Amino acid sequence: MRIVIVDEDAARSAIIESGLREAGHDDIVRLSETAALLKRLEALEPDVVLIDLENPNRDSLEAMLTVSRTVRRPVAMFVDQSDAAMIAAAVDAGVSAYVVDGLRKERVKAILDMAVSRFNAYERLRRELDEAKDQLAERKVIERAKGILMKARSITEDEAYALLRRTAMNENRRIAEVAHSVVMAAGLLR
Amino acid sequence: MTTRLRIGFLPLVDAALLVVAREEGFAERQGLSLDLVREASWANLRDRLSVGLIDAAQMLAPAAIAATLGLGHLRVPMAGPAMLSLNGASITVSSALYGEMNAAGQGDLADPNVAAAAFAKVAAARVAGGGAPPVLATVFAYSTHTLLIRAFLRLANLEPETDIPLIVLPPQYTAASLANGQIDGFCAGAPWNAVAVASGAGAIAAFGVDLMPDAPEKLLVMRADDIERRPETAIAMTRATLAAADWAAKTENRGRLARHLARADTVDASAATIEAVLAGRIEVGGGRPPRSAPDYLRIDRAALAPSAAVANRLIEAMIAAGQLVDAVDARAAARRVFRDDLFAKAL
Repeated sequence: MRIVIVDEDAARSAIIESGLREAGHDDIVRLSETAALLKRLEALEPDVVLIDLENPNRDSLEAMLTVSRTVRRPVAMFVDQSDAAMIAAAVDAGVSAYVVDGLRKERVKAILDMAVSRFNAYERLRRELDEAKDQLAERKVIERAKGILMKARSITEDEAYALLRRTAMNENRRIAEVAHSVVMAAGLLR
Repeated sequence: MTTRLRIGFLPLVDAALLVVAREEGFAERQGLSLDLVREASWANLRDRLSVGLIDAAQMLAPAAIAATLGLGHLRVPMAGPAMLSLNGASITVSSALYGEMNAAGQGDLADPNVAAAAFAKVAAARVAGGGAPPVLATVFAYSTHTLLIRAFLRLANLEPETDIPLIVLPPQYTAASLANGQIDGFCAGAPWNAVAVASGAGAIAAFGVDLMPDAPEKLLVMRADDIERRPETAIAMTRATLAAADWAAKTENRGRLARHLARADTVDASAATIEAVLAGRIEVGGGRPPRSAPDYLRIDRAALAPSAAVANRLIEAMIAAGQLVDAVDARAAARRVFRDDLFAKAL
């Protein structure tokens, strides 16, 4: 069974591929660039296509697979009406599957379940990474604000931090926000 | 009590009434709090509405029929208490293709018959010269845009897909794809034709209003089972839409509406370009003067009734295009999408 993964996010499609290989699938093609995607797909004659829903080519792919007759093999969305929960999970995760007719439903369901869980895991990971980056940026800005206050008021580092914290509490703001204002103000006054 | 309503839309000028309903307080006055959610494509919007990640949507009227009948995808019956627009689409070709059409054309290219004949000549010449025929993009298989392209190609005696390759692109990618040469022409809603013309990438080859006057374009839809459960929400949203239409019809509000739509999280295009479209002052490109087309995009109160006449027109056009089987039950199911009864209750 040939599975094609269409995803502009190469890192995400790599983790989907590894999941599929772990599950014993070995005929997997990953397409990330969008140029000539439809022609390449036609030539590949996939049994299953996994595509991220935000992909600008997704509508063209759907039209090619289900409406136009450019592909010789009969293709249909495999999930039928009874699979409401699975469809919802897939759409929520941002992945969709197009499958040739006649494949056993359980086999395809296993593939989609895996893709959904990996899409979700990837999204979680990306969010955590963003948060970590934000935290790092916040620490840096607090360090700079402390330096500015220490110099301007001739106070110690601990006193500068206490001042930031006290101001944040009084103004009901986060320390990083106060620190940001201090850095901004210093920049303006320079 | 306020009802929160998540409404999906695509970056198009005919999301206007939804944006006005939220920004100018008309939804709030009906007890609705609107979350407008921009979607990446028509298929995405349909899927997210189908599984309940959004409550309602600005949907292509033919796409609502297709979802209801399960054409090309899962069957999820839709119901629309109000239209959101008529017209708004045009066929734009690359400046290079327009130049060739201009050289080959016999007569005024503003006449769709002349433009179609010129397009046919250019396509034939390209193929005869060993090249590929021009590629056209529509925004979704089940759309007035596909019907307009078919109408244009029929005037040209060309068969879509057989003679002219047809691909699908979400509207917000059309102007850029024309500029980078991925496609030779497209049919999409406002402002994307105007954007392509303003950038110099394209020229309008045929106005939608000339090919199909008062074409039923976007429908405000909810899932049919959801609308049965809470018809009062659909009626309230229809009232907000009608109030928004009256506000938008005032010339003095046009600039403000264009600025609402121009925002990066809405249409993300120039406010001046959007305002010109709203005013019906259409830049056509190709060295021609702008054309005045007051009905270029209709979002006025009189355009919003989801009447049986509107439904029947689309059904006949979809049957003629081979998208819908000519059967009594299919016609009846398609007709039920258009909820004129709920619209009447909102008046």
